[in-house]
Amino acid sequence: MIYLDNAATTKMSEEVFDAMKPYFCEQYANPSAIYSFAGSAAKAVDEARKKTAALIGARSEEIYFTAGGSESDNWAVRAAAAFGKAKGKHIITSTIEHHAVLHTCQYLEKQGYEVTYVNVDAHGKIKLDALEAAIRPDTILITVMAANNEIGTIQPLKEIGAIAKKNHILFHTDAVQAYGHIPLNVDEMGIDLLSASGHKFNGPKGTGFLYIRRGVRIGALIHGGAQERSRRAGTLNTPNIVGMGVAAELAARSLDERMKKEAALRDYLIDRILKEVPYSRLNGHLTDRLPNNANFCFEFIEGESLLILLDQQGICASSGSACTSGSLDPSHVLLAIGLPHEIAHGSLRLTLSGETTKEEIDFTVEAIKQIVERLRAMSPLYEDSIKRGDINVQ
Amino acid sequence: MYSEKVMDHFNNPRNVGTIENASGVGTVGNAKCGDIMRIYLDIGDDGVIQEAKFKTFGCGAAVATSSMATELVKGKTVQQALEVTNKAVMEALDGLPPVKVHCSLLAEEAIHAALWDYAQKNNLTIEGLKKPVDDIEEKVKEE
Repeated sequence: MIYLDNAATTKMSEEVFDAMKPYFCEQYANPSAIYSFAGSAAKAVDEARKKTAALIGARSEEIYFTAGGSESDNWAVRAAAAFGKAKGKHIITSTIEHHAVLHTCQYLEKQGYEVTYVNVDAHGKIKLDALEAAIRPDTILITVMAANNEIGTIQPLKEIGAIAKKNHILFHTDAVQAYGHIPLNVDEMGIDLLSASGHKFNGPKGTGFLYIRRGVRIGALIHGGAQERSRRAGTLNTPNIVGMGVAAELAARSLDERMKKEAALRDYLIDRILKEVPYSRLNGHLTDRLPNNANFCFEFIEGESLLILLDQQGICASSGSACTSGSLDPSHVLLAIGLPHEIAHGSLRLTLSGETTKEEIDFTVEAIKQIVERLRAMSPLYEDSIKRGDINVQ
Repeated sequence: MYSEKVMDHFNNPRNVGTIENASGVGTVGNAKCGDIMRIYLDIGDDGVIQEAKFKTFGCGAAVATSSMATELVKGKTVQQALEVTNKAVMEALDGLPPVKVHCSLLAEEAIHAALWDYAQKNNLTIEGLKKPVDDIEEKVKEE
């Protein structure tokens, strides 16, 4: 099997698993308990909090553990909206956010908030002038993702943070795809709230965190016990938190080297596809993109068919076609960068890991070439283009 | 998520291709929603479908339903071909996931569109055949 869907989830590393094991059946104490038996669990949670914070230049006490990225996004956006409503009810976001942010914004619109969805350019970068122009006296939150989950484009966080700060507006970033994959620093980038998810960087599923800058007084997500400084009640998930901490530590240690390795392989993949598959295009920014992300469109074919045939060759990938989104529309991200529907339906996302090899990429490129040719041979769109003389077939 | 029959017809689609000077050609669907089917029919003087070919842009179910629909109408009279409904196509494929039912409607519609084209070319009236709808999504909503 060749796993090229690391943006969907990653393999949990063995070191993470080993670190988690003692906290299921041996050190099972509630880390909030007072007796000494709970000491080991409490200490492990503290350690994890430190490691998680270190990767973004935050303080431990600014990390609030959650059950994942979507929870963190929901909490950040809803709580910031509630916190700011005395000042105003206007939120600014981008058109290419993950649904965890987009659908939360749509929910808030029903509650009487106004949301401006700022456009992105053809490479998926937010238009900073449009962002700045969207600011009103009643704007209370800017939420823009750190890097896009589909096309991998990295947003200019530092610039957005500066704009937010200048206008005294809270800045939240959904860093689910970026945390552990590219350098992030909450102070340098002026980030007030940051969401991340453990399983996107070789940690366990069902665990994430929200960074809340000290002094940002957004409300609690879950009321109950005093866990997470009374902002997110519920017994701490010790093994998962410990696992995410170790994953953060490993990610920090390997970051520079992994980024270089992944980016080199990604660029090799992009070069080969664009050179060897006619009528293909790269989606997203050529250089300001996640080191492990490649996203292509192949004209005249549809993504789900492509995925099924790749699967038959043991290759795991994903697509932004309507058939994979469960609706009739292709991905909102691909439409936002200006692709017509029929081209957006033929998208393919390949996301690498630090373990991906050149041999795997070569095998995948050969498979794609053969599958695209096969699907085009049965495509009426291809037939029409040849008849019209739009394309030349050797 | 797909039945073995669907996977078989997707992996080894029957009747892919075109027919030169076909008796009738029907194209339905649109690229916007991600499915386009084109069916070619070769119909003899006796009104029997000699050959059926297709080209499809779409998901696994779209390819499989095109393949099955062309199989089902081959050797049938025009009247019999009209009775090849989307349900018949689905049953022959051992079912489709609910979100893919529209693919079978598209296949039925493509057959009808090709028959309509044949009728137009030959000044025939085929009993029970209506002018094909352009937008299959409208039909899906009505179902």
